Amino acid sequence: MEMPQPDPMVLSKKAELITRLTAVLPVDAIIQDEAETRAYECDALTAYRCPPLVAVLPATTDEVSAVLRICHDMNVPVVPRGAGTSLAGGALPTADCVILGVARMNEVLETDYDNRFIRVQTGRTNLSVTGAVEERDFFYAPDPSSQLACAIAGNIAMNSGGAHCLKYGVTTNNLMGVKMVMMDGEVVEIGGAHLDAGGLDLLGLVCGSEGQLGVVTEATLRILRKPEGARPVLVGYDSNEVAGQCVSDIIKAGVLPVAIEFMDRPCIRATEAFAKPGYPDCEALLIIEVEGSEGEIEEQLSLIKAIAQKHNPVELREAKDADQAARIWLGRKSAFGAMGQINDYMCLDGTIPVSQLPYVLRRIGEMSVEYGLGVGNVFHAGDGNMHPLILYDANKDGDLEKCEAFGADVLKLCVEVGGCLTGEHGVGIEKRDLMVDQFEPVDLEAQMAVKDVFDPAWLLNPAKVFPLAASQPRRMAAE
Amino acid sequence: MMRPESEAELAEMIAGESERLSIRGGGTRGVACDGAELTSAALSGVTLYEPGALTLVAKAGTPVAEIEALLATEGQRLAFEPTDQRGLMGTTGEPTIGGVVAANVSGPRRIQAGACRDFLLGVRFVDGAGTVVKNGGRVMKNVTGYDLVKLMAGSYGTLGVLTEVSLKVMPKPETSAVVLISGMSEVDAVKAMSAALSSPFDVTGAARLPDGETLVRVEGFSQSVAYRAEKLQAILDGFGEVSVESDASKVDALWRSVRDVEAFHGRSGDVWRISCKPSDGPELAARIGADGLLYDWGGGLIWALVQAGTDVRAKLGAFDGHATLVRAEADSSARFGRFQPQASGVAALNTGLRKRFDPCGILNAGLMG
Repeated sequence: MEMPQPDPMVLSKKAELITRLTAVLPVDAIIQDEAETRAYECDALTAYRCPPLVAVLPATTDEVSAVLRICHDMNVPVVPRGAGTSLAGGALPTADCVILGVARMNEVLETDYDNRFIRVQTGRTNLSVTGAVEERDFFYAPDPSSQLACAIAGNIAMNSGGAHCLKYGVTTNNLMGVKMVMMDGEVVEIGGAHLDAGGLDLLGLVCGSEGQLGVVTEATLRILRKPEGARPVLVGYDSNEVAGQCVSDIIKAGVLPVAIEFMDRPCIRATEAFAKPGYPDCEALLIIEVEGSEGEIEEQLSLIKAIAQKHNPVELREAKDADQAARIWLGRKSAFGAMGQINDYMCLDGTIPVSQLPYVLRRIGEMSVEYGLGVGNVFHAGDGNMHPLILYDANKDGDLEKCEAFGADVLKLCVEVGGCLTGEHGVGIEKRDLMVDQFEPVDLEAQMAVKDVFDPAWLLNPAKVFPLAASQPRRMAAE
Repeated sequence: MMRPESEAELAEMIAGESERLSIRGGGTRGVACDGAELTSAALSGVTLYEPGALTLVAKAGTPVAEIEALLATEGQRLAFEPTDQRGLMGTTGEPTIGGVVAANVSGPRRIQAGACRDFLLGVRFVDGAGTVVKNGGRVMKNVTGYDLVKLMAGSYGTLGVLTEVSLKVMPKPETSAVVLISGMSEVDAVKAMSAALSSPFDVTGAARLPDGETLVRVEGFSQSVAYRAEKLQAILDGFGEVSVESDASKVDALWRSVRDVEAFHGRSGDVWRISCKPSDGPELAARIGADGLLYDWGGGLIWALVQAGTDVRAKLGAFDGHATLVRAEADSSARFGRFQPQASGVAALNTGLRKRFDPCGILNAGLMG
């Protein structure tokens, strides 16, 4: 993966940079030792690594502002970092950058149950936001798989989703306001405890901008009361087509499950070998979860079961109690780990129109044979967000490159059938060079024009999202 | 009036234009600006509808009524409940989907389902230089590049003229019911609505009419609706006199009256729309001294009818939210402007974005600052 050459001017100013940072931050908030900066050399896309020039861990919005002011002044690129769980390389450093980590900013600032919001510092982890309101039976809805570790800052940067977003939406649908520090150090507030911030929808623009427009230090998040209960049902089919049709029929029937998850045979087998959830050995497996009171769950499940039966399932299993429900989810939740037992894998994230599911799965199968690399599919079927896991051997020469080419072909296929490159992980560096397959140059130009407004010098996370060739004139002009 | 019949024709018109244009869809929302009128009404028609994928793509000038009728044939709907402002504004004409998106118009269900912008999956538009730009797509989860889709929603034509939008649509529930509570003060009404919205019973509307009646809506399958209405009745029992309305046509009529602010139809004066923290609502409303107040969104949205020329923003002072002048005598419009002025940093970003997307300042100039 190509990254821009580090700017020698910046590298030569390291000592001055440290001196100036020391004036605004406590000593323990500045990490400059080469051995220690290694801790920040990559995120969860571990195939690519590069230690930063310096990493800083500010504890307040004022400190973030002071750091950005200095970097702006000295023309030093800044890569913001939440918890470093990006699967797209969103927090990958360059050798001439300052990593700005928000991990020390993890306080709950305000909890308001009457108005149903929580205001937090963005270094707080996703799950601990729910943790802060659980005692009153509230929760924060977006639930990315990494929710135990990932930070709200990163969730906002990538507009993270999760298994339950079919009903509750993704981050952008649950974000009410932010406090954000601009690259020049200015602090702005957008939105708040009210709905629909005034003026242009900057909140919607900032969410998903991958840390390229500003550093969000505080967020006002919508919290919801937990439903009375939830229960999954497991349905197995002997073909992907039929499973896809079943998903479509359930949606058309007017039932809105909170989650519809899909696993294919390679994934089912790997999961069965790894976690032994007792899944049937079949071509395609659906996990469908509904919520509500006991009666409401019964009402929805009876409809879903009737639809599922029409398609002749090889297995239809309803959770009778919490233990059985947990077993149904166990396999799904351990699917990534199970695939990892087999080999290294690359996790893709394209989205397709639900109607294209059978065709795309068939094509992925064919490509798997062509490339000679195994692939398993586990994904959110209700919204067409696929996660093909391509297996490769990192120690085998050329395997990573082959895997990357396979992945690129799959993502191009997603675009070709009317979908997109990434549904919830973000572009980062991983899908950066494929953006030209989804967008015309004028479309990318319109997006880059937004960055021009927020960060005219292109210092914030500059080598991400846009193909390097497309962003080069802007990055060069700024240097 | 300029009335392009294709996206290409529209792009050509704008590329060759140096004078100001007043952009409109159906022209029902009373947002007219200086300059020659340009309408997207002739860019009309649904181009794709996949009920099983909950997606619909339509050209910007497509009448909302046409879309709603099509969705109804499959038992689906626009969940954000777009308002019809003709009665309030005293306008005629046909509301278009492009107009709904440009104004990010959402009704009572916004509080539970989300706003128009939350259901907008993709856009095509012509910017102020005449360039055709697309963003987003037709799939429900998409984080590929910046979200200009949200940016276009509620930009009132100031960044570009929408030519096509794709939307997530939703199943229309089997039935609905309303819990009615009467005899409550405004403060108690907001508390009651808050209690309902903080319950696990999935309330899809919470409003207080100007006559003092408070409404709490539930929707879904029939057993579930009956169950939740009963539970809510129990929760709300202490607040006032509680009853349940389950007649579908009556329920619909009640929520249409909230959605379209029917109580202010035909009444003179300026109409303001205030978005605020729900529990602040009654106190903020008291500052205004209105002739009529309708609380929606559990108290977080206040429709206020005031004497023409009342400077509502001055009366409100600083608060968490913003006030929009929706209907006004020409005089009030000129004095106050439609939208709440913003803090300098945010205002600069707004101005900067408009300058990039509309370099000559010809699209609805001055409307948003």
